[in-house]
Amino acid sequence: MGPFMSPFNNLLCMLLGISFTVWFTLLLVFIIVPAIFGLSFGIRNLYMKTLLKVFEWATVRMERGAKEKNHLLYKPYSLNGIIAKEPTSLEEELKGIRRNGSSRDLNGSASTTTGPSPSSSEFEMSDTFYFCRRGIESIVDDEVTKCFSAEELESWNLLTRSNYNFHHISTRLTVLWGLGVVIRYGFLLPLRLTLAITGVSLLVVFTTMIGFLPNGSMKNFLSEKVHLMCYRICVRALTAIITYHHSENKPKNGGICVANHTSPIDVIILASDGCYAMVGQIHGGLMGLIQKSMVKACPHIWFERSEVKDRHLVAKRLSDHVKDKSKLPILIFPEGTCINNTSVMMFKKGSFEIGSTVYPVAIKYDPRFGEAFWNSSKFGMVNYLLRMMSSWAIVCSVWYLPPMSRQEGEDAVQFANRVKAAIARQGGLVDLLWDGGLKRGKVKETFKEEQQKLYSKILVGTQEDRSRS
Amino acid sequence: MGSTNSTLLKIPNVEVLMRETGFSPAHIIRLHDRFKALDKEGRGYLCPQDFGAIKELAMNPIGDRIIGAFFSPGKETVDFHTFVKILAHFRPVDKDRPKEPNSPEPINSRSNKLKFAFQLYDQDKDGKISRDELLKVLRAMLGMQVTEEQLESIADRTIQEADLDRDDAISFEEFRKSLEKVNIDHKMSIRFLR
Repeated sequence: MGPFMSPFNNLLCMLLGISFTVWFTLLLVFIIVPAIFGLSFGIRNLYMKTLLKVFEWATVRMERGAKEKNHLLYKPYSLNGIIAKEPTSLEEELKGIRRNGSSRDLNGSASTTTGPSPSSSEFEMSDTFYFCRRGIESIVDDEVTKCFSAEELESWNLLTRSNYNFHHISTRLTVLWGLGVVIRYGFLLPLRLTLAITGVSLLVVFTTMIGFLPNGSMKNFLSEKVHLMCYRICVRALTAIITYHHSENKPKNGGICVANHTSPIDVIILASDGCYAMVGQIHGGLMGLIQKSMVKACPHIWFERSEVKDRHLVAKRLSDHVKDKSKLPILIFPEGTCINNTSVMMFKKGSFEIGSTVYPVAIKYDPRFGEAFWNSSKFGMVNYLLRMMSSWAIVCSVWYLPPMSRQEGEDAVQFANRVKAAIARQGGLVDLLWDGGLKRGKVKETFKEEQQKLYSKILVGTQEDRSRS
Repeated sequence: MGSTNSTLLKIPNVEVLMRETGFSPAHIIRLHDRFKALDKEGRGYLCPQDFGAIKELAMNPIGDRIIGAFFSPGKETVDFHTFVKILAHFRPVDKDRPKEPNSPEPINSRSNKLKFAFQLYDQDKDGKISRDELLKVLRAMLGMQVTEEQLESIADRTIQEADLDRDDAISFEEFRKSLEKVNIDHKMSIRFLR
């Protein structure tokens, strides 16, 4: 057994050794070194264009296949909506009922049925119809549920996970899909994992080392470089192809950077183009380790879990940081939770009360290459990262919007809404009034009270008129 | 889910459902999608909590009653068929449907729509809206914005005008009569696209 196996052993060892060396050299040359210097070979853009062509071809094949079998291709409901919602308000509706179909003829008295006269607004049994219809409409189709599930695609991108619409896959397509699986899991995933591990470990090691230096400009300079380098490696670990627009508006020291939130990757995307002070809760485990070492190199704002509830403490720490002009701009996601990148939900006003300049940033992902939205009720963090790393790529656009400050006579909520509208407009997202907290929490009673107040104003407001006359 | 045919095949007794409710295949598929989206745990049926999770419904003053309309007395779950049948009440009235004397009344007829609205009031299902039930609905819709006296006076007035046989309750016939002039088709219908 000995002499027979050893030449093979040697050969095997040699082959493995060579392939590893080649692998790592390629990695270093094409990915890590450009990451350190912030350059790019343009490989990722080429990759993206090729993929797009393949997807288009795949969709055309499927549509042709479906037509041949004379079946209708199904378009996802969330794109078009099941029903046409009437935009009438409660007031208009109730006035309409009284004008047209009131059962009270009121002895033929003239004025009541011609114009919307408030004194005839008394309770009608048909008033419930409005609420009933609205209720049924929301059962069939509501805005909020749609925000918290991944956007559905018009065409298929060869990932099974987004193949909920297309069933007509010919043999050629199946082969293509199989090839896709092999490439993604066999080649891309290990590559990305290697990069991710490299990036994270370099971050931890270097920031700890920098932590030993005395505070000063040298430390800040090195810390910047190290952070940028590691985030760039992580960006490549996800094959994220990012286009930055309007870099002249990049956030400056002493400001607060505000962005819409779709996934934890948002942080990596923004931080690979500029240095920010992160804000967040300290976690345990690996995440906590990374956080602790990062804060050694430059001042990030991490809160203990108990401190998070104390809004004054949070506000104080943030404003202290912002007042120090030598510290980096703070990065905050005011929605408070991950939204599916088709709309922007209510911004929490805390960060807008601090009074410094706000630099809005809009992030829009292109879902054709991989769904970046983290549906935390469906997937845990590890599962999510795995899905990210086995997608084709993460393609997104980042727009740096011009800085905004709170104007005279504007309160924090109005300012927050103004910033939100600007971000929604730039990113092509729908601007919603709903609170992202609705993802998990129950609807506050105050919303129901609003409806009740409105209705009672229509009815009871008129009671006062009657008692006066 | 792919072509319409393959999805429809997955739904049991879909032909019967389409005939009874008048929904087109495309509507059924979309409602099926919606049913599955609401049925987050994929159990094949919905329970009151699944409806309660719809935020817009939770804000509706009579949201609970609407949810209750989906569940027959004693049942804690609603399957897809029942879901669709209840929603069929809100299809616009088919104006050009021929009046066959022996066929059952369509679910979205004016009368059935009125019956649906009636049951929102008549929670104990005794066929009459008692003064008490009326007060409860008024309280739900007006909340804490009005006093007890105001509610009572509204209830009194309503019963006075609708109650023709003076039994201090509103029967279905009296309910129907008082809403004679209301355009039920418009108020109790939802426009389904495509």
